[in-house]
Amino acid sequence: MAPGTHVIDVTGITKRFGDKTVVNRIDLQVDRGEIFGFLGPNGSGKTTFIRMLCGLLTPESGSGTCLDYNVLTEQRQIRTHVGYMTQKFSYYEDLSLRENLDFIARVYAVPDRRNAVDKALDRLGLTGRSHQLAGQLSGGWKQRLALAACLIHSPQLLLLDEPTAGVDPKARREFWGELHRLAAEGMTVLITTHYMDEAERCHRLGYIANGTLLAMGTVAEVIASAGLTTFEVSGPGLVPLADSLRKCDGVEQVVAFGNTLHVTGRDADRMQTALRSWRTNPSYIWRSIPSGLEDVFISLMGRSSEQFK
Amino acid sequence: MSPFAFHRFWAVVLKEFVQMKRDRLTFAMMIGIPLIQLTLFGFAINSDPKHLPAAVLNADHGPFARTMVAAMQQSDYFKFTREVGTEIEAAKLLQIGAVQFIATFPEDFSRHLLRGERPTILIEADATDPAATGPALAAMRSLADTALDRDLRGPLARLKGIPAAVKLSVHAHYNPENNTQYNVVPGLMGVVLTMTMIIITSLAITRERERGTMENLLSTPARPLEVMAGKILPYILVGYVQVTLILMAARFIFHVPMVGSLVLLYSVGLLFIAANLAVGITFSTLASNQLQAMQMAFFFFLPSILLSGFMFPFRGMPVWAQWLGTCLPLTHFLRIVRGILLKGSTLSDIAPELWPLALFMVVAMTIGVKRYRQTLD
Repeated sequence: MAPGTHVIDVTGITKRFGDKTVVNRIDLQVDRGEIFGFLGPNGSGKTTFIRMLCGLLTPESGSGTCLDYNVLTEQRQIRTHVGYMTQKFSYYEDLSLRENLDFIARVYAVPDRRNAVDKALDRLGLTGRSHQLAGQLSGGWKQRLALAACLIHSPQLLLLDEPTAGVDPKARREFWGELHRLAAEGMTVLITTHYMDEAERCHRLGYIANGTLLAMGTVAEVIASAGLTTFEVSGPGLVPLADSLRKCDGVEQVVAFGNTLHVTGRDADRMQTALRSWRTNPSYIWRSIPSGLEDVFISLMGRSSEQFK
Repeated sequence: MSPFAFHRFWAVVLKEFVQMKRDRLTFAMMIGIPLIQLTLFGFAINSDPKHLPAAVLNADHGPFARTMVAAMQQSDYFKFTREVGTEIEAAKLLQIGAVQFIATFPEDFSRHLLRGERPTILIEADATDPAATGPALAAMRSLADTALDRDLRGPLARLKGIPAAVKLSVHAHYNPENNTQYNVVPGLMGVVLTMTMIIITSLAITRERERGTMENLLSTPARPLEVMAGKILPYILVGYVQVTLILMAARFIFHVPMVGSLVLLYSVGLLFIAANLAVGITFSTLASNQLQAMQMAFFFFLPSILLSGFMFPFRGMPVWAQWLGTCLPLTHFLRIVRGILLKGSTLSDIAPELWPLALFMVVAMTIGVKRYRQTLD
């Protein structure tokens, strides 16, 4: 790979299914060793975009490279160097862990297969379960198996489509630890997720809605670019309060967090004016807090659906 | 809580109906298959086959042989399609299955008849399927006694009566004891192969799609042809195990004669197995779940059994049903298996059945591979 180039470097990637544009002119550059997180509502085009990157689908228009291979013409070469983890568990439930890994290793013609399978099992702590059928595993173990399988042919790029859906927090944490270890060794990772804590663990993020990339950058950059103002309010009768606040001019979101409400809006001045009477009410305690990633995404989601109305 | 509450039961019933309605293809097949099959098989199946093709080898120069042939034709059981000059030619027609019967009238048949010497009509039948020849031969026996009655008038009336003016000699070739098992057991080989090959393959790929493993398989460097060929090979071996088991049972339990070359049978079997696998794969690319794949397999399987000549004599069916049957690989394979085992057919004898099998396989495979390519895009 030529120095200084990106592992993923695509521009104007577009895909339509019928007359519905699922992915709309997406530009993306991801560097070696970077963990890039893709967020967005269900059906926003994340999976379709990933499938185009790994050569399962052909983009309608746009151009670019993935691992220096042309995404339009060199899909076969891309496939051999990419590890793709599907949203749904897609290994054979009626094969044992070892048999699954062995199959994948054969398909990719991994040299010294037996050794590679042993190492993959060992690395993910699956050695003790290697003869168990994949179908008998719990969600967390299935996900480990899937990761082990995508890594067996030593890919340079991992494409992970909601890998942690339905996995418990401990397993998720271990999974992310593993991803960061891999990234430190030079692996590039593109991952989609719905979890905010996971989004914050990515080096960079992109937010996609209705097929369009709405925001991109580090967590801090994404939050800053959204320009949101957030207040935290606590006091009695939060549910009726929330209903009243939602009607206020400039307030975009009112979300309950335990015994507090987070009130968020884009236009700080307008919101301040509208909330004045509530803020001077002594039964409520108001506090200005930094906006969270979730607030940003909900706000982006609202804006994009307004555009499509 | 009551042990059986109507509203709970009714909730399940309603949900079941809604799901049935959603799966449109399955629903259409549930309604369509019985209707199609009722009309198809109701009209096609006939266990009293008539108009069976026959050839005549007539060395007689007098009128009586011609009268006899006309009477046979009029009985509706025989349809004389050829006139042959030599026994070798006649035997060949029977061997390749071009005709079901050969009627031979000896030289001077009429002269011997007039002299009251009771000449013999020789009827040779291809008795591989006794059900096909049985009714025609029974009709022939009464014909021999009465067909000439109208011609034997005046001074010839003395020839009438018992014993009849002609003798009838029937040779049931290939299956002289009219043993139905000789026909059914080799036929079963084709039926069993059709059933397992189509059902197993159509499920094998649909299962990958239903469980989501197909996406993974497609994202690997494995090419469609590699995946398909890889999926097919194990089932070809299973097919050969089935062939071997049935052949052993045929030999040692049912004592079916094996006149022809087993090597030929095994090699031709590959074509038939491949044809069925191609159908299975095509079904699997059309079906969105395993239930649909299963239904399609049965949709193909029933006509294969009923219209191929396995259950009912092929020549007993109306012409349109014979055309349908001709499109099915089992029809040709049945003729091949019975030909090789019972008649000792050689490669050139079965050639007319081979190319339709090959054509069928190519067509089914092309559709299958084309459809498989579109799986995701």
